[in-house]
Amino acid sequence: MLRRLSGAVRATWRFVRRDKKALAGSLILFVLLLISAFPNWFTPDDPAAEIYPRGVGLSWAHPLGTTGFGQDVFSQLMAGTRQSVMIALVVGFLCTVLSVVIGVTAAYMGGIIDDTLSLITDVILVIPTFPLVIVIAAYAKSATFWTIVFVLVVTGWSYGARQLRVQALSLRNRDYLLAAKARGEAPWYIIAVELIPPMTSLIVANFLGAALYAVLTAAGLQFIGLGNVNTESWGTMLYWAQNNDALQVGLPLWALTPGIMIALLGSALALLNYAFDEVSNPALRPVATPRQRKAVA
Amino acid sequence: MTVNFFIPRLMPGNPAESILGQFHGHINPSALKALEAAFGIGKHQNILISYFEYLRNSLTGNFGASFSQGGTPVATVIAHDLPWTLGLVGLSTILGFVFGTALGAIAAWRRGGRLDNVLPPSFIIISAFPYFWVGLLCIWFFSFTLNWLPYEGGFNQTSSPAFGDIMIHAILPAFTIVITSIGGWILTMRNNMITVVAEDYVKMARAKGLKNQRILWQYAGRNALLPNLTGFAMSLGFVISGAILVEDVFNYPGVGFLLLQAVNAEDYPLMQALFLLITVAVLIAIFCADVATAILDPRTRGGN
Repeated sequence: MLRRLSGAVRATWRFVRRDKKALAGSLILFVLLLISAFPNWFTPDDPAAEIYPRGVGLSWAHPLGTTGFGQDVFSQLMAGTRQSVMIALVVGFLCTVLSVVIGVTAAYMGGIIDDTLSLITDVILVIPTFPLVIVIAAYAKSATFWTIVFVLVVTGWSYGARQLRVQALSLRNRDYLLAAKARGEAPWYIIAVELIPPMTSLIVANFLGAALYAVLTAAGLQFIGLGNVNTESWGTMLYWAQNNDALQVGLPLWALTPGIMIALLGSALALLNYAFDEVSNPALRPVATPRQRKAVA
Repeated sequence: MTVNFFIPRLMPGNPAESILGQFHGHINPSALKALEAAFGIGKHQNILISYFEYLRNSLTGNFGASFSQGGTPVATVIAHDLPWTLGLVGLSTILGFVFGTALGAIAAWRRGGRLDNVLPPSFIIISAFPYFWVGLLCIWFFSFTLNWLPYEGGFNQTSSPAFGDIMIHAILPAFTIVITSIGGWILTMRNNMITVVAEDYVKMARAKGLKNQRILWQYAGRNALLPNLTGFAMSLGFVISGAILVEDVFNYPGVGFLLLQAVNAEDYPLMQALFLLITVAVLIAIFCADVATAILDPRTRGGN
């Protein structure tokens, strides 16, 4: 077991090192994880304290200037990292669990269970999520971290469940699964040990996709003021910047840098997602161009 | 099997609406209370009756009165803003779909070419940008730095709306939506196309000595487009979500902006009606895409 695990780690490492997209994605993600784990290493002062001159541009003391309230933009960015990363990880994880459970159960059980679960999946899939998220968040009034997580998980699992169901369906009648059934293994054992491991790359891709969805949607919610506007996050920064006409009064750094951070986290997830997509679907892997082929020969 | 797959897909309206209805049934009491407080229609009914009443009212287009807009009927408020959104989102979705599909097809056709190496990675990154932030970036660059284009509203408030003026105001929001949604089209079309190009009938077409352009668009492109149409339906909800935020950033007088105003004012009748409207619009679009797929692809019609 341990040897298999270390083998998997080594294979992942080899893949990440070779694939430029995966490498870039993991590097960015690593840095952001580091910042969110130890924000104090990167923030000189209390990021929320309104103690500096207002609306300062680029300078040594404030590498990205200050906000219209006199906060250091750079410190705010660093402090806001944690919430976005947390939302990405937690929502990504919960969505993936839900997708795997629902998708694989539907495919494995078949019959009326499959029909019901597929119907629910399709319904959630076609309902426009963001208006739904807005309406739920509006009814929830004061949206805490967990409200946002709840809303995002409820609306975010369906796409993955659908994909995993299709994949599990194609695996269901393979010989090794039939063999396990013939051995008399319990259904949960077959699902956990025989059915899910071959789908790992798709599951990882789903985690990344759900995490990306969570980052963008949470940022959107916070931007329109439906998050808790008194916490440190990139979306909330954008909310305050927009509400104080940061662009109009000549503080583009305040309004644009949080978006760059969101885009960084998002790109890291999207790049990794795409790389994993290529693993699970070999047809999409880059082909050697004629020139490269000549160089090899 | 085909029938089994297509019956639920051809009528997405019914199951979705019933779930939607239950959702409304659950949250109706609070809206009812809000209504009572605002307009004094204090009739205490049980949830089931109010739910059915709500359904009947929705079907007849009677959504009640909006209390953030001075008691104007919700239907009137929405009708005023709807054309703006239809124009903006409709136009930019079509533009994104057409250009994205074409670019994706060309990228896959010249596999490993320059376009194929540049487009997918750059649009993977762009797809990870928040829509509204791209809007802010555009405002900053085109409106404040270059001073070229207006940054808010749907038309010049000082004069009556003129066609050219509306177009100028639509450029930035539309550009934002196109830029952020086009990547999805490019990637799905490219991936479909890669599978299709490997098919035997494409080889056959080549063996017949047909012109590349003809094979690309008439043989491979047409077939790769079909899954993209379904994808079109799926991602429409996503585009609309983005459009809501884009309208907010640009203060564009459409239903997305209206929805956010309704949320801020806790105007529940307006909010519910808008949500219903958006959902129904998406379902209709999905239905149209399914019908189009059925017309274009004879295989999906089989088994009837």
